[in-house]
Formats: sequence, structure tokens, C-alpha cells
Amino acid sequence: MTSPSTPGIVPGRLPADAIAENFDDLHAPLAPHEVQVAADRCYFCYDAPCVTACPTEIDIPLFIRQIATGTSEAAARTIFNQNILGGMCARVCPTETLCEEACVRELAEGKPVEIGRLQRHATDMLMARQGHPFTRAAPTGKRVAVVGAGPAGLSCAHRLAMKGHDVVLYDAKSKPGGLNEYGIAAYKSTDDFAAREAEWLMGIGGITYEGGMALGADLTIDALSESFDAVFLGVGLGGVNALGVAGDDKDGVRDAVDFIADLRQAKDLTTLPVGRNVVVIGGGMTAVDAAVQAKLLGAQNVTIAYRRTRTRMGASRYEQDLAASHGVQLLFDVQPVAVHGNGAAVEVELEYTVDHGKGLEGTGETIRIPADQVFRAIGQSLTLDGGLEMDGRKIRVTDAGRTSHAKVWAGGDCTSGEDLTVVAVAEGRDAAEDIHKVLMG
Amino acid sequence: MADLTTDFLGIKSPNPFWLASAPPTDKEYNVRRAFEAGWGGVVWKTLGAEGPPVVNVNGPRYGVIYGKDRTVLGINNIELITDRPLEVNLEEMARVKADYPDHALIASIMVPCEEEAWKAILPRVEETNADGIELNFGCPHGMAERGMGSAVGQVPEYIEMVTRWCKKYYDRPVIVKLTPNITDVRKPALAAKNGGADAVSLINTINSITSVDLDAMSPQPMIDGKGTHGGYCGPAVKPIAMNMVAEIARDPQTHGLPISGIGGVTTWRDAAEFMALGCGNVQVCTAAMTYGFKIVQEMKSGLSQWMDEKGYRSTSDFVGMAVPNVTDWQYLNLNYVTKARIDQDSCISCGRCYAACEDTSHQAIAMSDDRTFTVIDEECVACNLCVDVCPVEDCITMVELQPGAIDPRTGKEVQKEYANWTTHPNNPGAVAAE
Repeated sequence: MTSPSTPGIVPGRLPADAIAENFDDLHAPLAPHEVQVAADRCYFCYDAPCVTACPTEIDIPLFIRQIATGTSEAAARTIFNQNILGGMCARVCPTETLCEEACVRELAEGKPVEIGRLQRHATDMLMARQGHPFTRAAPTGKRVAVVGAGPAGLSCAHRLAMKGHDVVLYDAKSKPGGLNEYGIAAYKSTDDFAAREAEWLMGIGGITYEGGMALGADLTIDALSESFDAVFLGVGLGGVNALGVAGDDKDGVRDAVDFIADLRQAKDLTTLPVGRNVVVIGGGMTAVDAAVQAKLLGAQNVTIAYRRTRTRMGASRYEQDLAASHGVQLLFDVQPVAVHGNGAAVEVELEYTVDHGKGLEGTGETIRIPADQVFRAIGQSLTLDGGLEMDGRKIRVTDAGRTSHAKVWAGGDCTSGEDLTVVAVAEGRDAAEDIHKVLMG
Repeated sequence: MADLTTDFLGIKSPNPFWLASAPPTDKEYNVRRAFEAGWGGVVWKTLGAEGPPVVNVNGPRYGVIYGKDRTVLGINNIELITDRPLEVNLEEMARVKADYPDHALIASIMVPCEEEAWKAILPRVEETNADGIELNFGCPHGMAERGMGSAVGQVPEYIEMVTRWCKKYYDRPVIVKLTPNITDVRKPALAAKNGGADAVSLINTINSITSVDLDAMSPQPMIDGKGTHGGYCGPAVKPIAMNMVAEIARDPQTHGLPISGIGGVTTWRDAAEFMALGCGNVQVCTAAMTYGFKIVQEMKSGLSQWMDEKGYRSTSDFVGMAVPNVTDWQYLNLNYVTKARIDQDSCISCGRCYAACEDTSHQAIAMSDDRTFTVIDEECVACNLCVDVCPVEDCITMVELQPGAIDPRTGKEVQKEYANWTTHPNNPGAVAAE
């Protein structure tokens, strides 16, 4: 009988019903009464701070007032006007560092209006009742290639289609959605939401999806810019940074994003193998998503090892607490120096670090913790060749998303700026507006 | 420890909190429970004449107005007087009074506007040993169409006439309950006084339609596709009730007439306010219908604590204390100048004061890039709207400019002397100061 303490990397550590419960909605949808109570708490602030804090600048007080007055579909249109992926953002946004952090009730009483959950209520309601709410403008005859069907690409494609342009949406994966579909924790996107949302979004028409088409392999920027009037790149960050330590190639060591993608695409989570002792190296949202899900699958011990202090961690305090509440151990100020084991990982050796202001330094003191499975989550990198000017490791763009190539725009994680779904949506939308402006002269 | 016992028209009760004549006082079962819960008195649900009792609708009787989180702000009802036989009510009243001799029990009565009808019922009420009667001249629906309730209350001559009959055939205190569905409440109050009434009680409910069902296109409560106006009560009517109480309390012709205050009393503070305006006690209905009888515990403890803090030993110490301060607009001191002040430490930067002032008032609040809100004294007329819309209590306050200070809005020095409109140079009818 397999259990959390079974050695090695094995499936079925927990019974099916326990796993089903573990991977249910992180936040259950608000019931109608809860919606009313939550909506009633909004003060309808002037020039509201929550709107300023939202990268897509959704008119939050307006949509909450629309909910409170019994018109949730109108509320949803207010949201979708600014953010066509408002449904997913309601689930994955770190609202605690965005709109809800800015809510005046957070300042007043430490309990912000539950903006994210209200947004989910409104968007779910409209998607269930009305289907797709937007119509396309008259055809422009222009064709735009959108490469990458993640949040940036989907947002851009939708806005372009709405403006009357014809869009071909490419993605290296078979399904659209990008990180929404492959890269975030399952309990944030239950009931196949990412796929349903992508299909609903494309319900506007004018968007042709072509999966299995990777930039660099099947597509080139040059060829695309030849055959289309404009190109938008929302390719994200394809590569995962290596640990760069001895033993990085041992069995059991893999990229956290691959683990999450496998998990998201698994038909039956009881068949998904997970280690007894799991160590996640990194400090971002991906690290937390991998660690928590490993725990939810039944791993006995899960540790996040982050090389800097807690305050520098990419994952918000809320996410850190979420991990801790699921029994994930958080280690700070430690960096990996080796993965030990005979063929397969058995232990991770970590060295304590200090930062005296001249960069991170190892102290020489090390510890070893058991690890039959090690996930790399130390950031992803962009691999691109097309002669575009770069800004460090990312594509250089203007505020409107223009690259150094006159016919190419870009947005999302492959450009500089915060790597958040909601930021990607804003960048895709704004690039679409700029493309439209340029194409229509 | 404050003494809450009250003596209203010689009627003693352990506290000034009575339940008004309404569904909560419809029968022995409720009234016994009310007394056990701590209510000082009860005005029994209105009795009708001998004979087949009235009937009520068999659909919904109440409509409602909500505040946030479904807080009940106002209820409207289309229920009539008691629909139980007179004899049953009288027997129950007698039993309850016998068991609760120290609690006030008042009979509310509504019979046709004929002397014989009153002559017939009053001796029977007297036999119950009830402490007094209240004449229901206020019910605005159902009974008015039959020449009773507010149909009487809207005609001062009828009020006087019926009150006189009651004083003739009944020896105990007579309270006349007034309808607010009139233009000048002082007229019916004076009529009651002239008829010999020992007191007035007010207000009864206000004619109202609380909502319209937009699917059925019918007022609510809706009875088979139709609705009718009902009587409105609850916290929403309190300001209207208090004004009417104050008008009676300060009019020279009715000043001193005992008043039982009714209209949205929900907390001890509401009761204290009514009493400060001249009410010897208060009657409560909607709050009990919303929260149950237990709320009287808060009313008693709250009033008691406040009285102790203020040094009032009995309720009569403060009854009517606010009446001298109710005046006409023309006598308000125009030399009293205040300015809004925003406490930056308690400000949560919601900006509602700014929106209200900028869009609808005097453009007297400035907003900085970092959402700091400050008052522009040059523009502030001290209207108080910012105070009213601020979600944080005491964050914005009105601060008085001291005499000698310059009001930046007018550029004039604040005068120490009281001066009102009657002597203001802009008033064409001003009387020159001597």
C-alpha cells in the first residue's frame, strides 16, 4: 500500500477521494448571499486606489456596484472591457499585492473587499449565462499573427479580432492557454477553466488557432512578418534556468514547470508520481505552486529552498502562508551546492548565504536534506533568434509593445515588466490597440 | 445606578420601553413573553367593535427597505387591527394584567366614529383593568376606507369629538395616537388636547409604497398581482417622527401635553433622543419585529449607562431637555462659523468627501497625487456633507472658528455676538437693531 512515506517517486500516495478534495477550488465561488455581503462592503471610492493598482485598470467600484444592484452581467462587461481574461485573473491574480492591498478597507480594518472573488462571481455568471459578449467590428482585411496563446497572446488576439482584424494564433503546445493551461496550480483553475476560457474567448470569431507551432522550429519572425500585416510575440519564457551544480542531471531532478504541466494535463492525479521527500529550489509563484501540489499529491516532506531572505521572495506573503499552511517547509538564505545520490537524487546539499550588499555569498556552512525529487524553479529564460533588440534577457519594447522590428510587437513574460498573468493581459491588449492604430493609419 | 421606572400619566412601568400596538402585541402569548423579556409596557394590538372581526389578506403583509447587508431600514405593512374576537382579547388582557400588575398595559381601540360604539366598548375595556387606552386614529390602510383610523385622525374635529366621548365613558388615561399623514401635526394634537386627551402618541405609520415588482409591475407586498399603499415604519421614519414630536413639544398651545414617542426607535440612543424632545416614554415595534424581544436588554442597559454617565437619576431628569433648543431657522446664529477638518491619521483615503464636495457641493476639498485630502477653507461653507459621507466616524469634524478669527471664505472677522436672519441686512423684512 503506497503512502506518503513510501520511498522514491511513486503515484497514488493518497486515496482518490483525498486527492480530489485537495485539488478542489482553492477559493470556492461565493454563494449568492456571500456575494451580496461582500459587494455591500465596497465604499465606491473616488478615483479608487484598487483601480490604480490593477495592471488592467478594471473599474472595480463600478463593477462591484453593478453586482450589488443585481446586474452581475453588466459587472462582467465592465471587467471584460478592460481584461478579457478577467475570469482567470480573478483566480490567479495575487490580489493581496494588487487591488486588495490598495483597498481602503485594508487600511481601515485590515480586511479588504474581496475583489478577486467578486470578479470571479461576475465573470463566471456572464460566461455561464451569455456566452461570448463581444461582437467584431467590420472586417479590416488585415491579418495579424499572434505567436503564443498564453494570457498576452489571447488578450491581444481578442482585441485584434474585436477591431475587425483576422488573427492566426500560434502556440507550441497543442492547447491554447499558455501558463494558464500548463503552468499554474490546478486548484486555481478547476473544472478545466483555462481551456473553457480560451474557447469562450475565441468565440468572438476571427481567430484561427494553430497549435504545435513553435517559434524557432516551425515559425520564424522573418517569415511571419512577410506574410502578415503585423506580428505579436507573446511567447513567454521557454527555457528553465539550470541549477548549475553537481548532480543537476541526476534522476529525480526536473523543472518545476514540467511537473506542473504534467499535473495539469493528467487525466487521473492518482497516477501521477511524486517523491517522498521533495525539495523545490526557487522562490517564485512557480516554486509555491509546485511545492503545494507535491504536498497535495501526498509527498511526506516538501521543502522550498530559497537563496535569499523571505522579504525578497517572488511569491507573495499570502502564497508563502498558503505553502506553510499545507505543511511545506520554507528555508531561506540557502543555495544549492550539490545533488547527491547514486544515479538518482537522494539528498540536496544547501549552503547558507549572506548578502552584505555586494551580492550573495555562501558562508561555507552547508546542510543536507533528503530529496528523492528536486524541482528547479529558479526562473525561466527566453531563447529567441530573430534579430530583435533585447533588454537584458528579454525583448525590448515600448509602452505600446513595439519591438525594434517595425512589424513586430511583443508582450507578456518575454518582455520586461512583472511576470504576472494580469500584466501580460494588459500588454497584449495595449499592443493590439497600437497594432490597430498603425494598421489603420 | 439610574432609575428607569417611569410614571406616564400616572401609569407606572419598570422602564420607558413599551411595545407599540402592532403584531408583537396581538395576543397573550406574545405579551407575556414580552414582559418576561423585560419590556416595561405594552399597547395591545388594536381592538375593534363587537361582532365578526376584520379579516386580513392571506398573502404577504409586509414590504421592506434595506440598507447594506440587508439591514432593515423600514417596513411597510397592510395588516389591519386585530382579527381575533373582541371577547378573546379582553379575557387575555385581564389575565395578563392580573399577572403583571407592575407593567403597563394599554388597550388600543378603533371603533366606528359613533358615540354608541365607543360607549359600548369602553366599559368592557375598563373591566380588564388595563391602565389606559390609546385611540388608534392613525392606521392608514384598510380601516380608513371604513371611516376609521387615519380617516378620523386627519380631521381635527373628529379627534376632539371622539376624545371627548372617551373621557366621558372611561375614567383612566386616554392617549390619542396621531397619524403623520397630514400637513401640520400640531392641529390634530391640539384637537386631542381640547377633547381632554391625557397624552398623544406619535407617529403612526406613513402612507407608502416600498417597492415595485418590475416583473409583475405591481407594488409590493403584492397580492395576486396587485398592491396597495401600506403604513411605513422603522428607522427610516425616525427623523419624520422626531420632527413631529418636537413641533408639538415646542408649540405654546400644546407644550406640556405628555407625549409617547413612536417611530423607528431601535436603540437606547433613539429612545433618549425622543425623550429629550419631550416624550415621557417610547413605543417600539419594528426593532422588535426585526430582532425579537431581546433587544430591550440593550435598550435598558444603554439608557441606564448613559444616564449614569450624565448624572441623570430618573428619566424625568432629561425628558424635554432638547425642546428649548429646537427653534426656527430664522433664529439660528449666522455668526457661528465652522470649517471641516480632516484627521489625516484616521483618513483611509477613499475620497468620498472629495467626490461629494467636488461634484455636488462647494469644491472645498483638495486631493493630492498621493490621495491626501485637505479642506480648502476659502471655499468651505461648512455644509457637513463630507462628514456625512465619510465612512470613518469622527475622521472629518466641524471645527468652530473663534471670535476674532478671519473666515478665509468671506474675509470677514468672526463676530462674538449672536446675530440671526431677522436682523440681517440682506433680509428685506429685517428689523434694525436698536
